[in-house]
Amino acid sequence: MDISTQDAPVPPPAPAPSLEQKRASRGATRPGDRVFLGLSRGSGILLLVIMAAIAGFLTYRAALAISEDEANFLTSFEWDANGTPPKFGIAVLAYGTVISSVIAMVIAVPISVGIALFITHYAPRRLGGVISYVIDLLAAVPSIVYGLWGALVLVPHLNGLYGWLDDYLGWTGVFEWQGGAARSLFTVGILLAIMILPIVTNVSREVFRQSPQMIEEAALALGATRWEVIRMSVLPFGRSGVISASMLGLGRALGETMAVATVLSPSFLINASLLDPGGGTFAQNIASKFGEATPVGRDALIASGLVLFVITLLVNGAARAIIARRKEYSGANA
Amino acid sequence: MSHAVTEKRPSSLKGGSLPRWSAWAVALAATGAGLGISAAAGLDSSIQWALIAALLFVLVNYVLAVRVEGRRQAKDRLATSLVWVAFLLAVIPLASLIWETVSRGLKVFDVYFLTHSMGVVSDTEPGGGIYHAIIGTLEQVALATLIAVPIGVLTAVYLVEYGRGRLAKTVTFFVDVMTGIPSIVAGLFILSIMLILDLQPFGFAGSLALAILMMPVVVRSTEEMLKLVPNELREASLALGVPKWRTIMKVVLPTSIGGITTGVMLAVARIMGETAPVLLLVWGADYINNNPFEGAQASLPLYIYEQYANSAGSPAAYNRAWAAALALIAIVMILNLAARGIARWKAPKTGR
Repeated sequence: MDISTQDAPVPPPAPAPSLEQKRASRGATRPGDRVFLGLSRGSGILLLVIMAAIAGFLTYRAALAISEDEANFLTSFEWDANGTPPKFGIAVLAYGTVISSVIAMVIAVPISVGIALFITHYAPRRLGGVISYVIDLLAAVPSIVYGLWGALVLVPHLNGLYGWLDDYLGWTGVFEWQGGAARSLFTVGILLAIMILPIVTNVSREVFRQSPQMIEEAALALGATRWEVIRMSVLPFGRSGVISASMLGLGRALGETMAVATVLSPSFLINASLLDPGGGTFAQNIASKFGEATPVGRDALIASGLVLFVITLLVNGAARAIIARRKEYSGANA
Repeated sequence: MSHAVTEKRPSSLKGGSLPRWSAWAVALAATGAGLGISAAAGLDSSIQWALIAALLFVLVNYVLAVRVEGRRQAKDRLATSLVWVAFLLAVIPLASLIWETVSRGLKVFDVYFLTHSMGVVSDTEPGGGIYHAIIGTLEQVALATLIAVPIGVLTAVYLVEYGRGRLAKTVTFFVDVMTGIPSIVAGLFILSIMLILDLQPFGFAGSLALAILMMPVVVRSTEEMLKLVPNELREASLALGVPKWRTIMKVVLPTSIGGITTGVMLAVARIMGETAPVLLLVWGADYINNNPFEGAQASLPLYIYEQYANSAGSPAAYNRAWAAALALIAIVMILNLAARGIARWKAPKTGR
């Protein structure tokens, strides 16, 4: 973490004041102030404690589970945490989580950037406001409703698309389709793309909105088309913002539980084809396996949750760090 | 038309241009062609004809522009049509989702549904309702709000009014990171504590997990609102000799109360739809349990999941799931609309 120059204490300390003077010059020593400062600082510290506690407790239970594990926790394809001896590994879950999130990113990021540009640079101001509102609505829909819609509406509609992919791209092996219900990692990716679209759009929109007006107008005055203005001034300016927006979206996609649990038909094998059932994700596996889990099984699920926690922490931390650095240097937020 | 334009080009500074309505005409034609092609080829899925239409729209627009307006303008048109397509692609799922939820949900959505539980109805039979789930959701969310709002607001006050130096920076960073914690991880955290203390599932455990998810959202929005309060107000109050804590309580917070309320309501709307922590910690129940501190409780999002997952495809259960989804969306949307209304009504006067 970087430390900026803001660290200097703002009320400049008077040279060796008496206690009385100190009390008079600085409000912070009045009892009411002291209590209030303590309370508010305490809440801040409490948040840090909660974060630490999450890491601590999850690690503790995970360690219990891994010490019982007869298989390799990182590389095993099996998930038999309820058996004796328990055998479980996260290889399939890691694969499924990463693949479905990557599919979601590939679909959602270009579309989100398009919508953000539409709002900031193409649509009339009033229409832009309406669209922002629609995107916010998209964000407000609970994930379980997306899951229900995905499972009962989207899945049957995807058969046609799956057929196409199989016909024209089946030779790659990645898009081969045996013809079952479209409850695969690819469908999950599409659904996750719809779900992360709002956050990626909103963050990108804020970044594009801050792009320097002067440069855009200068480019227009030189006869550039709107697309050339965007390509030469808006996109370069917004690149880091779009990257961090995508990573925030990625964080969401990685941790999404219920939508995946309702749509995916999971299995503990890695399938070369994205369209055939197979794989699972960390969060989905926890939700689906929790009901019948034994005590060791629960700890095993907590262990996989710890892995998810660490991954999302890294992704979100990186995204926030990029945003923070941008803020400091661009001066656009002043 | 195109050769006439090319003839004119050398004599005028401005090249030929397509009429304003051309994009609309192309869109209409592309939609028609998409429908026609899919009807001819016997494609049944609406996704397919929409994709064909979108592709046709982009291509025809580009080709037209290349012929009439030149390559640079054509690229501009290409970008414009792609941006429009992106926008439509985002609206279609939302429209479909709302349409399906309303049309399928209304089948069993009535007063009976809202006032009865699933206590004597098995999952595959018709009948029953969501009364127990609404009770559970309201209690859990209310308790979570009671925990998260004071902590969140105080943290935001600390960050804006007091926070300088390393602690404030650390808190800011971790609040940001905390926003991204998956809900299931928050659930697992409380679960691990419950396992250590050997507790049975109960509503309040779910509230704790929801509070963890809610806190960072409240901190973030409150922080933004406190920053909007003009410094002159603080200075005026301090100059009158009012202690800092009274300044915050009597001047800063009241000025920004509208925005803070909005943020809290949006946060409530967000946690109201969380299923995963409730699934792990509260378990769900078919009967009415008014006590959030003892025994399994139902919740609206969890009810939707159970009706979907435990019913082996029974239409009655699916209808209930859609109706419950309709109720949940309605509550969330009302909260959202009310929050925005308050935001507009009580927006702090920033001296613009």
